[in-house]
Amino acid sequence: MPRTLYEKLWDSHVVADLSPQQPGGDALLYIDRHLVHEVSSPQAFQALRDAGRRLRRPETHLAVADHAVPTRSRGAIADPLAAAQVAELEANVAQFAVPYRRFDGDGQGIVHVMGPEAGFTLPGITLVCGDSHTTTHGAFGALAFGIGASECGTVMAAQCLRQKRARTMRVELTGTLSPHVSTKDLALALIARIGATGAAGHAVEYTGPSVAALSMAARMTLCNMTIEAGGRIGLIAPDDTTFAYLEGRPLVPHGTRWTQAVTYWRTLRSDADAVFDTSVAIDLGDIAPHVSWGTSPEDCAPITASVPDPAKVQDMSARRRLEKALAYMDLTPGTPLDAIAIDRVFIGSCTNGRIEDLRAAASVVDGRHVAEGVSAIVVPGSTATKHQAEAEGLDAIFRAAGFEWRHAGCSMCVAMNDDRLAPGERSASTSNRNFEGRQGPGGRTHLMSPAMAAAAGIAGHLVDIRTLGAHGA
Amino acid sequence: MIAFDRLTGTAAPLPEENVDTDIIFPARFLLITERHGLGRYAFHDRRFAADGSEIATFVLNRQPWRGSPILIAGANFGSGSSREQAVWTLLGHGIRCVIAPSFGEIFHGNCFRNGVLPIVLPEAVVGALMAAAQDGRIFVVDLDAQVIASEGLPTLSFPIDAEQRLALLNGWDETDLILNARGADIAAFEDRQKRIQPWLYDTETAA
Ligand code: SF4
Repeated sequence: MPRTLYEKLWDSHVVADLSPQQPGGDALLYIDRHLVHEVSSPQAFQALRDAGRRLRRPETHLAVADHAVPTRSRGAIADPLAAAQVAELEANVAQFAVPYRRFDGDGQGIVHVMGPEAGFTLPGITLVCGDSHTTTHGAFGALAFGIGASECGTVMAAQCLRQKRARTMRVELTGTLSPHVSTKDLALALIARIGATGAAGHAVEYTGPSVAALSMAARMTLCNMTIEAGGRIGLIAPDDTTFAYLEGRPLVPHGTRWTQAVTYWRTLRSDADAVFDTSVAIDLGDIAPHVSWGTSPEDCAPITASVPDPAKVQDMSARRRLEKALAYMDLTPGTPLDAIAIDRVFIGSCTNGRIEDLRAAASVVDGRHVAEGVSAIVVPGSTATKHQAEAEGLDAIFRAAGFEWRHAGCSMCVAMNDDRLAPGERSASTSNRNFEGRQGPGGRTHLMSPAMAAAAGIAGHLVDIRTLGAHGA
Repeated sequence: MIAFDRLTGTAAPLPEENVDTDIIFPARFLLITERHGLGRYAFHDRRFAADGSEIATFVLNRQPWRGSPILIAGANFGSGSSREQAVWTLLGHGIRCVIAPSFGEIFHGNCFRNGVLPIVLPEAVVGALMAAAQDGRIFVVDLDAQVIASEGLPTLSFPIDAEQRLALLNGWDETDLILNARGADIAAFEDRQKRIQPWLYDTETAA
């Protein structure tokens, strides 16, 4: 029977079928790799200790501190709670012999940026992390999904998880992205179209003739955002682009093992006649730069649009949600999106903190300067990315344009470190969530691509990147 | 895990969609590494003003819902971040059951691992329960019988996965279940996988 990529990955990891009488039901899945960070792991390690359990395969885990750490400087952490959290992680990885990327070392970074860079993420594996954006790693053809802290403990002890088989959704991509448009715009357009729960219960595979031309960074952005459409799994079949990215990285197989692995990985694609439960088709040529205006990632529109009017929404509960979102965002219906003034710019996160993203933003700000009253930061997704950007001189470009250049971490994507919005402040952000308070209590987030966020910083308001040059801002 | 059998009390109505885990447990409290004692942070920024005073209009600050063991919410409850603190904080606040038309997937799974019962019912049914909850009626949620009863409403049954129901009723720990029943299966899988994808084991043989 023809199978989708998801089904192949699933079938190759079934330890035990838990509902034999009901095909396609629950199974006990083997977990090959586990990324560990300081926020979702303390309770899992504690559960191991309480039950007197061991880690079944310590080498299959990789730990790093990314969420709580400051990005202004390395060295001693000033916030006592954050310092304690990182210290607890270090004590745990020492006790259980888990490989660890030191906070002040060259291997540090956001789990979803550092993992692929290290070659920890491989095609054909199952990979989990106590973090919903684990969808990112599906860009390599890995079955990767976010889990809760209790499940982290289960993976540590048993190397397995009970899972419900997902339905499958194909997002068929044709055409070519226009200049200045990125897969972030594509992701936002897709979520606006299918909704924040549009992919719920589904493993989403991005397929079609346009996928081959997408870089690994672009693919990771796309898979990363899949969770914002409600899908816990995003997938792209591995191809030559994938193998070229991986070859030679520290944790990938070497020598004859590499050849052997690539042979296996080439089998990981949906069969031509495989059946998906749902299908969506998108022509990349139709995608304009998008921004979010509300408090859900589905509240997105092309930058040329205006703030929607709740009065025009028939469904009462949708109307109430819209009114509430606009009240929180302090926006008036009918306001052109490119008239919305901003206070802060955040370029970074596991969605858009990779070298390609920094290059895109740097090319926009090169020779220009951040508008008066706007404070802007660039936070590389990993320390390796930071070094690479510095080698290319990107840090100098950002600094000259009035951006702060930071150390790697989650930073202003999540308001649990020093970087956050003050109540009422408005940001142009390359992160993935515009939830109420996500970037700080009372903060207002507009999601967009790195180029669009950079352009907003220069203009002082949301702006169409395609017209920025013409205005000579 | 604490077992769940039967629950009686008022149900707090939260007629709102997409209540994400950032709203249930704001990120800045994630610096706390304990899982117990998190109840006071539940819906923190909805419950408390910046000066720490209670926001009188929020449902969990009003009678008769201050101590409701049940929450009735709009679609996509618990979406967003995978933080299990969202479940621990509800539990700490005394909420053992959440009823909604749909849930964020990771949150839904996390509930079962912590003795919290998430019930999925059609939008219209949730709407009827919401109205009863707004009247301050008493609800009885009976997991053994798989029914919800409330004064003035017909008793209605709810769907739940058979295995998850059993685990909740007995308070079973998932890791224990796997380790006790599946040890041989796991070892057999590893033997098989070592032959097909040997590179996944190289780091260990090298160490
Ligand atoms: S960058 Fe943001 S979304 Fe990504 S792992 Fe960090 S906190 Fe989560």
